[in-house]
Amino acid sequence: MKVAQKTIKFLLIAVIALFSTTSFASESDKKHDNQNDGGRINTKEEVEAYILHHIKDSHDFSLFSYTSDEGERKHIGFPLPVILWSSEGLVTFMSSEFHHNDDGHVIVEKKGLKFAKIHSKIYELDKGAASLSFDETHHATNAHKTLDFSITKSVVGILLIGTLLLFWFSRLAKQYKTKQIPTGFARVLEPLVLYVRDEIARPNIGEKHYRRFTGYLLTVFFFIWVLNLAGLTPLGFNVTGQLAVTGCLAIFTLVIYTVSGNKDYWMHMIWMPGVPALIRPVLAIIELAGALIIKPFSLLVRLFANISAGHIVVMSLIAIMFTLKESLGVVGATGLSLVLSFFITLIEVLVAFLQAYIFTMLSALFIGMAVAEPEHH
Amino acid sequence: MYNLIGAGLIVIGAGIGLGQIGGKAMEGIARQPEATGKIQTAMIIIAALLEGLAFGALFLGK
Repeated sequence: MKVAQKTIKFLLIAVIALFSTTSFASESDKKHDNQNDGGRINTKEEVEAYILHHIKDSHDFSLFSYTSDEGERKHIGFPLPVILWSSEGLVTFMSSEFHHNDDGHVIVEKKGLKFAKIHSKIYELDKGAASLSFDETHHATNAHKTLDFSITKSVVGILLIGTLLLFWFSRLAKQYKTKQIPTGFARVLEPLVLYVRDEIARPNIGEKHYRRFTGYLLTVFFFIWVLNLAGLTPLGFNVTGQLAVTGCLAIFTLVIYTVSGNKDYWMHMIWMPGVPALIRPVLAIIELAGALIIKPFSLLVRLFANISAGHIVVMSLIAIMFTLKESLGVVGATGLSLVLSFFITLIEVLVAFLQAYIFTMLSALFIGMAVAEPEHH
Repeated sequence: MYNLIGAGLIVIGAGIGLGQIGGKAMEGIARQPEATGKIQTAMIIIAALLEGLAFGALFLGK
């Protein structure tokens, strides 16, 4: 009884913390606006550029920025290591050396090579070039991209959430060895684990095989869900809104259901029984394209588009306080934006769960198709 | 300009589809309330497939 109360208290605190952090984000933006009155951020283009910049991955972890009374741009956050594989081998330095410049004007020199950052991508300048030059379409002409293994903001997010999940679930697993029922936060996790196993894995994969795949499904479910929720905090992660991340997750699912497909599955894909022989090659092409391209593509685009769209909507609604300030007044615009962004954030909490659920569900469905036992009539 | 019109068409199509899925699921649940869970699961899967299609089209048209 005591423990249950503790858990409920913890949940309440977690919920309150979540909402206070989001409102904190809007408040810091408000302060920002006052300091900048009539200044830089009030234009539509600036808001658009800010949102696009947020959606992308970045090389430094900046929480917020403001212009001080002296007119100097201040960034609050911390730098992250940049790790490049250039033409001279491994090059490492901290991203603070770019001084938050994002249009290629700050050149960092390492190992006799020059590097510049344009739109969150790091370019290596060609030999003999002193500064970047651009063509009409704003592409650099005398520089090329390098292999970038940097610890970017998304990588920090993945490492952070991965460690957190490892800690939570190893503790949950350990508790079953010593006691009958888990205690503390593990009690919140247990029903979720059972939910994924009994409602997603078991009915979709089938009684005989579901055990093999439950581990993967649980990992993917909690990874996506917790990262989606982390994206709603002012830390500003947009990890599950990165094509590379969702693409990787989709490829995991693709590999798993391709490798574990049984003879029957491949038979139905390549040489469909029960249809005229002339139609079989046509069906094979459709089935192969569906299984190898369309299924993983739909998985990766759905997650990416949902999370990115959610971030764009929340930030656009927060930006109402700048864009509608003239027509509604400061209080009106701020109030409108606060109300709208609060309720859309509530919907985003739901979407965060729904997308994790759908990704796991469809993965289970695809795996279930691949390992289904043939029914003999 | 044309891609904006295309985006509008995609959203109209997806809206009609989602309306059909949701409406039919409602009818199904009203007729057989004991099958609510199964209908909901199937509804969400089909809605997700439709959404994937719509997002894919928007993504390619961008």
